[in-house]
Amino acid sequence: MKFAVQVLEAPYNNQASDTAYHFIKAALEKGHTIVRVFFYHNGVINAINSAEPPNDDRNIYKRWTELGKEKGIDIVACIAASKRRGIKEGQIVEGTRISGLGQLADMTIEADRLITFG
Amino acid sequence: MDEEMEVNQNVKKVMFVMRKAPHGSIYSYEGLETVLITAAYEQDMTMVFVGDGVFALVKGQDTTEIGIKGFIKTYGALEHYDVEKIYVDRVSMEERGLTVDDFAIDVEVKEAEEIAALMEEQHATIPY
Repeated sequence: MKFAVQVLEAPYNNQASDTAYHFIKAALEKGHTIVRVFFYHNGVINAINSAEPPNDDRNIYKRWTELGKEKGIDIVACIAASKRRGIKEGQIVEGTRISGLGQLADMTIEADRLITFG
Repeated sequence: MDEEMEVNQNVKKVMFVMRKAPHGSIYSYEGLETVLITAAYEQDMTMVFVGDGVFALVKGQDTTEIGIKGFIKTYGALEHYDVEKIYVDRVSMEERGLTVDDFAIDVEVKEAEEIAALMEEQHATIPY
């Protein structure tokens, strides 16, 4: 099955990013396809590259690089939501990109299921 | 004719579920943005207002005192985007002391069971 994933909440403050990550990992292990991950609302905070969470905690930002760079999943932060929160090109984690809301509409149409976290 | 049918097959039913009051969080505002963008893709769209989401439609909103940009006027533009299926959950509306006369745009009031049945028909349901 083709899944599209939308994340609406910032990492750590809310479990949405964690659950989204575990969902994606499980879906991939079961042989499903992830059409795209889209960060919207405070979800765009997931993409910032300057965060340094404590070493004894999970690094949510690196998880997106793992999925985007190593697993080749398209991970997009909404440009309008990013600008609103001070996030620009060059400030986002490897394996993610900034693009428009059309990418959300596009993946909604393409995927068999859209799953929203947050 | 053939071409038209082919185009229609690409049209998906997408429902936007508006759950939050308009200014306490960005969900309602950015949710509406998504509706407008998705409309450009000419999909079969439905908007449903449930819970505190019904407050987003209340007419006469003035956000001057809270210093937040209001967006109630944007709802008036939805018909120009061919977003015509706009439903309000009856119980959510009544629990908040509202009637259809309180809303800035024309809506259709639905029972929860009817909304649930509509959800079953959708290709995607997007909650904001």
